[in-house]
Amino acid sequence: MIPLSAYVALSAILFMTGLVGVLIRRNFIVVLMSVEIMLNAANINLVAFSHYLNSMAGQMSALFIIAVAAAEAALGLAIIIVIFRRKMATNVDQINILKW
Amino acid sequence: MMWLLFIYFATVGLVAGVLTVALRNPVHCALALLTLLLHMAGLFVMLNAEFLAMVQIIVYAGAILILYLFVLMLMNLKTEEQHLHKKHSFLLFAGIGLLGELLILLLLSPFGGTIGTATTEVILNTGPSHAVGITMFSDYLLLFEIVGILLLGAVIGAIVLAKTPVNTDNQEPANSSTP
Repeated sequence: MIPLSAYVALSAILFMTGLVGVLIRRNFIVVLMSVEIMLNAANINLVAFSHYLNSMAGQMSALFIIAVAAAEAALGLAIIIVIFRRKMATNVDQINILKW
Repeated sequence: MMWLLFIYFATVGLVAGVLTVALRNPVHCALALLTLLLHMAGLFVMLNAEFLAMVQIIVYAGAILILYLFVLMLMNLKTEEQHLHKKHSFLLFAGIGLLGELLILLLLSPFGGTIGTATTEVILNTGPSHAVGITMFSDYLLLFEIVGILLLGAVIGAIVLAKTPVNTDNQEPANSSTP
């Protein structure tokens, strides 16, 4: 039987990987992918707790997180397409004036 | 056997996560993210959440990742010389330090809570999808509807944002009067 702490440690490591990715990458699309890694780490945590505490609430939250992640990906990619069309830039350090 | 599977899924998932962050070409990053998502689906199966594993594969790997790949191919990005920020080493060390503190805090803290009624035997008797469906449409019905509205808003927002901009200079006013 795998202890719950193994899953919690795995999700913590994955979450920090995603956070470091958000902080250090320059490409906006890869930053969005790092956000997906962080959401996935949260999902593992929720499902692990749901399994070990015999409750369905964690699985429900994970399902809704997946739905929100889909919405976030669609909107983020639409925004980057608009920016790319006007400015030909996808790096986050070139997109710093909020309006042009 | 369970340990072997867990170690396999966890190791490959972590390596794929690090590759997603570290690889230079964004398309390679997307493929590493695909590996990560598939292995996390395997972990979900181990945790008795087969429905969630299927949703993960269909929605994440099938829909969201394809969206990313489409946008990457639309933009036709070239691989850049500098794909990290200038101060990335500082942020990397800050991240590793935070991770260490998080791990110590998490592994020292006691886990526990109210034990529910949905034990493994109950779920396996009725079937995981059945259990998820019953819970979703009884206790979480309002949340389900709210997520529907959220997705509708996201769809409308994405269409409005990504629409080809209308050139306002040569827009004839006669267009509005035509039935």
